[in-house]
Amino acid sequence: MSLLKIEEVRGGYGKADILNGCSLEVAHGEIAVIIGPNGAGKSTLMKAVFGLAHIHKGGIFFNGEDITNLATQKVVAHGLAYVPQENNVFPTMTVEENLEMGAFLRDDDFREQMERVFELFPRLKERRAQPAGTMSGGERQMLAMGRAMMMEPRMLLLDEPTAGLSPKYIDQTFELVKTVNDLLGVTILMVEQNARQALEIADKGHVLVMGRNRHDGTGRELLDDPDVARMFLGG
Amino acid sequence: MLVYGLVLGSILTLGAIGVSMLFGILRFAHFAHGDMMTFGAYIALSFVTGLGFPVFGALPFAIVVTVALAIAIDRLVYRRLRRTQPVILLISSFGIAMALRALIQMIWGPGNHALQKGIQIPYRVLGVAIKPDHITIVVGAAVLVVALHLFLHRTKLGKAMRAMADNPDLAAITGIDNERVIAWTWGIGASLAATAGVFLALDTHLNPMTGWHVLLMVFAATILGGIGKVYGAILGGLVIGVAVEMSTLMIEPAYKPAVAFAIMVAMLVARPQGLLGGRA
Repeated sequence: MSLLKIEEVRGGYGKADILNGCSLEVAHGEIAVIIGPNGAGKSTLMKAVFGLAHIHKGGIFFNGEDITNLATQKVVAHGLAYVPQENNVFPTMTVEENLEMGAFLRDDDFREQMERVFELFPRLKERRAQPAGTMSGGERQMLAMGRAMMMEPRMLLLDEPTAGLSPKYIDQTFELVKTVNDLLGVTILMVEQNARQALEIADKGHVLVMGRNRHDGTGRELLDDPDVARMFLGG
Repeated sequence: MLVYGLVLGSILTLGAIGVSMLFGILRFAHFAHGDMMTFGAYIALSFVTGLGFPVFGALPFAIVVTVALAIAIDRLVYRRLRRTQPVILLISSFGIAMALRALIQMIWGPGNHALQKGIQIPYRVLGVAIKPDHITIVVGAAVLVVALHLFLHRTKLGKAMRAMADNPDLAAITGIDNERVIAWTWGIGASLAATAGVFLALDTHLNPMTGWHVLLMVFAATILGGIGKVYGAILGGLVIGVAVEMSTLMIEPAYKPAVAFAIMVAMLVARPQGLLGGRA
């Protein structure tokens, strides 16, 4: 059974729809990647899952439960975590406080999980008392992912985790996504501009154009598809 | 003069922290804050004159009633306007300010009241005369500020409040209920406003315009410290309080608010991000 199921979703922020009947399914343990041109609705789709964009038609189901238009603060309790593309850390709060906020809904002892996050990102441990706003883009991205991991989610939504990073960090980020998926068994759905690299680690890929699915397939199939290659992978 | 400055500064600080926190969370300047201070002071007055409570016995009741009022106003008015532009909230808070003042006049009348009757014997410390009330006000404000600091940095709810001031959407993504944080912010802002109102009434006298008259100075303190920043508000309150009282050495006391206003304008021109710098 699929863990996340998005069915024929239509919606957006105001009057004009950005999503025009978009569907996808992510099975437990998979890495799924969404690629597509700017303005295709990739980020909106992720926001819609988290109640930050309005859906007026279609539905979103997580682990069999209907989470369509669920209030944003309630989504995370279902075991779903989201790392937005921008403004994804609390800048005036320290690294440690950011991670604590990630565990906001946990009433148990989450120090062990924090240690695990520090193991994944040793850099964060060094900077635990530093305000997040003073860190570099790459470090913030690490912190944002670490924050999302604090709830020990079953699934992680990543919106362009490599945007604006140097090539060194980009490779590191893809490695990390694989690690989180392999070792911790977290299902991943990510939007990516580095389409080729992303599809290489993906079990499944979706090409979104004008708020609608244009191509679907395994990561490999999309990489080998001449249409996709010409339009989205730079030949 | 310095003592008066510190006393006024303490009161302004309590008001400015509220305005600053509300701005941080709700993104609008709360014009009804001064009248909320007045309202709190009048509630205390009723308990003191009507039921014979001591002033500090009446303070908790003033806080509770003012907090209830603030949350009710938020639910009834501001909440409906939350998705509109901040300027609409600002104007509506102006309306609330006038409505609140009218309500106070209807219940308690337009005249002057004294929260505490009789003359206090001042202490003499190093040749300076200090009234017991002044000590109460400054120490009371300091205790509240320290308590607020501990709340914001040590408790989960306090941290959630800071998180939401940083980024409300991200706070919601991590599971923080924005509406709950907003209610708590009103709770804290209104508690501090009621306390500031009672202190103000202790220091001078009470009439329906009391809070409105200091609102400008409260805003000046908020801006001086950098709007939305709690620690800035403390510094701003003290600087404005001392500057305003010191100015009476040189110019007419009637111009006190003008001094605060002049500092505010100068600050906006020279350093709009506030004394402590950082994000505006």
